[in-house]
Amino acid sequence: MAAPAPPRPLARTVHSAPRRPARRRGRTRLELVLLLGPALVLFTGFVLVPIGIAVYYSLYSWNGFGPLTDFVGFQNYADAFGGAVFRGAIWHNVVIAVLSIVIQLPLSVGIALLLDRKLKGRAFLRMVVFAPYVLSEAITAVIWLLMLQPNGFVDELLRGVGLGGLVHQWLADPGIVLYTLFVVMTWKYLGFGIILLLAGLQGVPPELREAAALDGATSWQTTRHVVLPLLGPTIRIWIFLSVIGSLQLFDLVWIMTLGGPANASTTMASYLVDHGFKRYEFGFGSAVAVVLFAICFVFALVYQRFALRRDTAGALTRAVS
Amino acid sequence: MAGRRWGLVAGYVAAVVVVVVTVVPLLFVVLGGFRTNGQLNTDPAGLPGPWVWDNYRSVVTSPDFWRFLGNSALIAVIATVLAVGLGSMAAFALSRYVFKGREAVYVLFTLGLLFPLGVATLPLYLWLRQLGLLENPLGVAIPEAAFSLPVTIVILRPFMHAVPGELEDAAVLDGASRLGFFWRIMLPLSAPALTTVSVLAFVTSWNAYLLPLLVFNDSAHFTLPLGVATFQSQYSQDTARVLAFTALSMVPALGFFVVAQRRIVGGLTGSVKG
Repeated sequence: MAAPAPPRPLARTVHSAPRRPARRRGRTRLELVLLLGPALVLFTGFVLVPIGIAVYYSLYSWNGFGPLTDFVGFQNYADAFGGAVFRGAIWHNVVIAVLSIVIQLPLSVGIALLLDRKLKGRAFLRMVVFAPYVLSEAITAVIWLLMLQPNGFVDELLRGVGLGGLVHQWLADPGIVLYTLFVVMTWKYLGFGIILLLAGLQGVPPELREAAALDGATSWQTTRHVVLPLLGPTIRIWIFLSVIGSLQLFDLVWIMTLGGPANASTTMASYLVDHGFKRYEFGFGSAVAVVLFAICFVFALVYQRFALRRDTAGALTRAVS
Repeated sequence: MAGRRWGLVAGYVAAVVVVVVTVVPLLFVVLGGFRTNGQLNTDPAGLPGPWVWDNYRSVVTSPDFWRFLGNSALIAVIATVLAVGLGSMAAFALSRYVFKGREAVYVLFTLGLLFPLGVATLPLYLWLRQLGLLENPLGVAIPEAAFSLPVTIVILRPFMHAVPGELEDAAVLDGASRLGFFWRIMLPLSAPALTTVSVLAFVTSWNAYLLPLLVFNDSAHFTLPLGVATFQSQYSQDTARVLAFTALSMVPALGFFVVAQRRIVGGLTGSVKG
């Protein structure tokens, strides 16, 4: 740039509103309306309003047609929590969330630590590992549905390597189906965790590892006491995303099992769609939606308060370059 | 150093295991599309022998696949343009103007990060019915854009905030209005961040299943995820054709991913990690 930057005092007169004449202030207001208005209208109209009316509908017994007349208060909520199927659905969401943290997280951390060295073909590796994450859940569901057919690809593969004893009715056995779905979710989302953690590992300064090595730390000690603590923010964000995702699980379940057999894989979201759209219980479905939202919201607030507080300022607001 | 060499070996072993586990299901689908149902039944885990092109040919020559693809593209483009267009305007206002209630508006948008679309679908569906947007691509694209606004603004705002004030002052001295500054200087400067948020909005829309499922009844409007799931249940006896259909519907996502890999990975890891 040819012209030197203007001195700071001048910049202030350009920026600070109070010193401007009234006409300029009016213009600024107009610009703000032009810039912010459309986004606010869109956001309010299609995010906030629907959530607001869900709360309202949830107090009525309503089949989605005609006026809302049958006010039932909190009866829909009582019915939802009183039913074994909905309690089961919440339980299934919790099981998936806990399994993700107990199994997927250590697996991703372990694999990321193993991959975090100068391997040949790193770029290719990253691409392949991330591929399932890019596919839609719908496509993932269809792929696994076909592989898990009785006497299908997976069964044949297990028999081929002498593990025929493991063959099960993957999607038809109520005792197994939830874990089958968990395996599919792991296939789809593990790569995302690995890539996230590899990015986090890039942020660990090599000097720290060298210093630890000079002080006589074994590589395990360095990993345990230097690297893992520095991965803390990444791991906490991963847990957050994973739990919220587990609580909202729908696509996979709906396509692979419709929540069955015998409600053994029903989730809150599949229960919601089943009752709201299949059975036209819009009031009841709205109550379920509000419960699902409340659980996500409370989890987010509590987690924010106790685990993310130190990180979120950076995590949610830092620029992406 | 023996330790380092073992580490390298372990790294390669882990890499091979992860790649095999990831790739085998994809290969099963792609190769299965080249087999007949007879081959699939007698040996589910075998290779094509002989290779048949009929399944792929029938999918490519039927209008369904292309229609689903077109619908998905149309909806994703509208959703992305809306989300990024309105989102960048809002982010500009929230980063470069000083006004009362600015932080409150920003917090309102960030709250949207916590609202999953699934929670709002039931009333959203009734709302769309009232607006006459059922069976209409806009009925999917507009809500998707609305739900993509929070992440768009959360990523763009700090980016725009970091652009030095001197640039704006210089532009103003040169006679540009603030909107002119936004259009001629801020948007071009924000290109990397705009690419990231566009990719995020596009991929989210492209992969969406629940909203299209509710809004569309007529298969003429189906998007690709909806189409794949429906095709599977419709032709469940013709596994080979379903495999070919599924394989082809993976192509756009994987192709786009290979081309935009750095942006997608950077965007997804960056948006959550910084």
